Amino acid sequence: MKRAQPIETRQLLHSEPPIFEQGSPGRSGASLPPLDVPAVDPVAHFGALARAADPELAEVSEVEVTRHFTRLSRWNYAIDIGLYPLGSCTMKYNPKVNERVARWPGFAGLHPAQPPSSLQGALALMWSLERLLCEIGGFARATLQPAAGAHGELAGLMMIRAYHQDRGRHPTQVLIPDSAHGTNPASCTLNGFTTVPLKTGADGLLDLDALRAAANGETAALMITNPSTLGLFEERIAEIAEVVHRAGGLVYMDGANLNALLGKVRPGTTGVDVMHINLHKTFTTPHGGGGPGSGPVGVVAALEPFLPTPTIEKEGTSYRIEYARPKSVGRLRSFFGNFGMHVRAYTYIREMGGEGLTRATEMAVLNANYLRARLQGAFPLAYDRPSMHEVVFTDKRLKKETGVQTLDVAKRLMDYGYHPPTIYFPLPAVTGGAGALMIEPTETETPETLDAFADALLSIVEEAVENPQLVKDAPHQTAIGRLDETLAARKPRLRWTKQSST
Amino acid sequence: MRYLPHTEADVARMLKVIGAPAVEALFAHIPAAVRSQRPLDLGPALDEAALLDHLGEIAAQSRPAGAEGALSFLGAGLTPHHVPTAVDALLGRAEWYTSYTPYQPEISQGTLQAIFEFQTIVAELFGLGVANASMYDGASAAAEAILMAKRVTGRGHAVISAGLHPHYVATAETYLSGLTDSFQLAPLDDRTGRTTLSELGEVSCLVVQSPNYWGVVEDLPALAQAAHARGALLVVATTEPLAYGALESPGACGADIACGEGIGLATGPSLGGPGVGLFAARTEHTRKLPGRLIGETVDHQGRRGYVLTLATREQHIRREQATSNICTNQGLIALAFTIHLCLLGRRGWRELSALNLAKAEYAKRQLASLRGFSLRYTAPTFNEFALRVRGGDAARAVEKLAEHNLFAGVAENDTLLVSVTEKHRKGDIDRLVKELNEVLP
Repeated sequence: MKRAQPIETRQLLHSEPPIFEQGSPGRSGASLPPLDVPAVDPVAHFGALARAADPELAEVSEVEVTRHFTRLSRWNYAIDIGLYPLGSCTMKYNPKVNERVARWPGFAGLHPAQPPSSLQGALALMWSLERLLCEIGGFARATLQPAAGAHGELAGLMMIRAYHQDRGRHPTQVLIPDSAHGTNPASCTLNGFTTVPLKTGADGLLDLDALRAAANGETAALMITNPSTLGLFEERIAEIAEVVHRAGGLVYMDGANLNALLGKVRPGTTGVDVMHINLHKTFTTPHGGGGPGSGPVGVVAALEPFLPTPTIEKEGTSYRIEYARPKSVGRLRSFFGNFGMHVRAYTYIREMGGEGLTRATEMAVLNANYLRARLQGAFPLAYDRPSMHEVVFTDKRLKKETGVQTLDVAKRLMDYGYHPPTIYFPLPAVTGGAGALMIEPTETETPETLDAFADALLSIVEEAVENPQLVKDAPHQTAIGRLDETLAARKPRLRWTKQSST
Repeated sequence: MRYLPHTEADVARMLKVIGAPAVEALFAHIPAAVRSQRPLDLGPALDEAALLDHLGEIAAQSRPAGAEGALSFLGAGLTPHHVPTAVDALLGRAEWYTSYTPYQPEISQGTLQAIFEFQTIVAELFGLGVANASMYDGASAAAEAILMAKRVTGRGHAVISAGLHPHYVATAETYLSGLTDSFQLAPLDDRTGRTTLSELGEVSCLVVQSPNYWGVVEDLPALAQAAHARGALLVVATTEPLAYGALESPGACGADIACGEGIGLATGPSLGGPGVGLFAARTEHTRKLPGRLIGETVDHQGRRGYVLTLATREQHIRREQATSNICTNQGLIALAFTIHLCLLGRRGWRELSALNLAKAEYAKRQLASLRGFSLRYTAPTFNEFALRVRGGDAARAVEKLAEHNLFAGVAENDTLLVSVTEKHRKGDIDRLVKELNEVLP
């Protein structure tokens, strides 16, 4: 008998055709008010610009729409179903109270073009959230405008460029460790910077000598993730910052892993000049199947003049929207950012308080280290250093002994009822053809859940020894099997058409 | 702490397995010099009842234009529509909002198929072959369209219509600021309100919004011809996709890329975010698209399924050579948009569009007939229009009416921009006409 067994999946799960293959011509689920003013004929009004043919939308009732999207939803895994240990994604529980509050008319019903006098509550909330994030991150000011982490990177790099230009400097390069998220180099390109990759040292940390060799007058910034995507705290962060600053550059921190530092380290006091914060990771706003996120950016005082417009300012007891910022990098999107996410993050922070957030970080790190202890006998660590909120294993031993690889293990985990961890990332862990499992349990998981998950992984290792094909053919319990991604890319079908339905 | 399950016994047992004497020992490798010197000062932790009281107090300090008792004609880039109750009811299913990006297709078919349907709907609305899985918002989508036009044409200079929403123009300026690219503005005709073009030159694209910021419907076929004559792309942006229920689609008018904002049809205005950036293009440009794409495929048994595809354009594969840095998008709001469009269907879409046109035309005629007002532009409009206010100060009139929760429109100098939709009954419009007439000296 193994430690764990695949789950039973006997629930009714309807296969659900695209909505465009359902319904009947002329059917509609709309509930529209009557026309109480004279009708206007679009052809008479717009002439040749009037639409000739309706778009091919579905023709279904509200009941059909409800069933369709309810049935589809059941094909999704979700945090509310179980552990979702995607490394660096911080899939923690999303409190229900946040969802309730964000839907109140006093927040959701606000139009951005209302006079500021009628928006005082919203401006107060944004102003307060900025202060809370600055206290947590150790920064002077922050912008809430970026819509996601990568958008925050763009904003941060722009402020860095503006800072240098303000001093008559035009450095062209950004140094990026090879363990960085792909968004880091992509954001540099979008900003006109060239990227200089820094190889991770043998100890898994940023190599100071490599940094010293690379940093020079062309260095606009270093982009560093701390803890890194390997789950390791960059212990030499102060020296790193000193090297970069001495070369005239600034230090940008990717705050994707801030969940490991709440109450323990305030990045702005460690030599970091700019940092984005993913509200959808550390501060519990939901990921929504891929978004919306929110990527506020904190800066030290020297960068404050360059913050995007507008900012929210407090004067006495009232709040105003400040547009006149001559050195600002400008606007990154419409209106004020993903305000609904600001409401949720603010609600969460106020519920937790400083002690609660600190405890969250402690339990996140405890959970990751517990899984590490339970699993390191079966999966070698990518780097054997103290882990923070996540731990990265490799499949070196398993692959060598059984031929079973990371992808197979990930797919087999589904049969045991789990979403797999992040796989084949970060780059330093997958050199030489190894596969990597990057596991971040988060603080909201119980030790019982972690034990069951560890047992599942250990059972899969046993299966790989006894019957490797069973693991290589996984998943077996899901309603659909491994999908042909090559076909999808070779003959792209990116929208439904009548032809594709036959 | 209700989200943190660990009892002290749990912690003790886990530490034993780890081999650490205390939780604090797990942080011991962090140098003291970079450790926090004091506890976080974030105010006291609040229980749920106190939390709801506190947030309720904050919410009460605003007067929402979208609440009971208020009457709002605010648009200017965000036109709130009635979103059926079923949309948010379905969105509230945790399988949608507590899932991540669908990296593991076997257990993410719900999100994948829904976004595939979203891509289909956006492509249909815009009359183009392919749409992506969403952008942050309309403004960043327009900026990304300019960058994409450069990838297609190899040219770095763009022309942007002065009728593009000012936030979109500002965002484009920010996005281009680090690159060698530039743009110039094409002015609006002072009489018609439509974009006027002088010689275009060797540009990557012409970006126009239709209906434009002032509500004016642009002559897209003529603009497409002008752009294509110089080998440039036509990029059509819109802050009101519903207009294309009544108007010929951008694609049919010759647009190469269409983009826009879908928030008004998806969710509450929520101070402008989160919304959903729409992005579509001609099929031949598929591999130049920014952002995620969902494609149809089959599993090993031949069953239809969906996956993330053509990811070699994206940052997690291509890093510095990616078409964009976007990762997280606006998936959940894209889902809301999809559900609403499915509820409306072909007939509902056309009828909703016709309602908006008729109501706005009624309001336009009534207001333009007032002594103090005249139409700012002559070209046709859809559900938003600009009025010139006699005496010049539109803002003062708006502020005065806002005190009584009548949000009459968006004022700029002597111009008042009024948005009228299916949400407004004839009586609402008549009230606006009456109160605007009275507030003017």
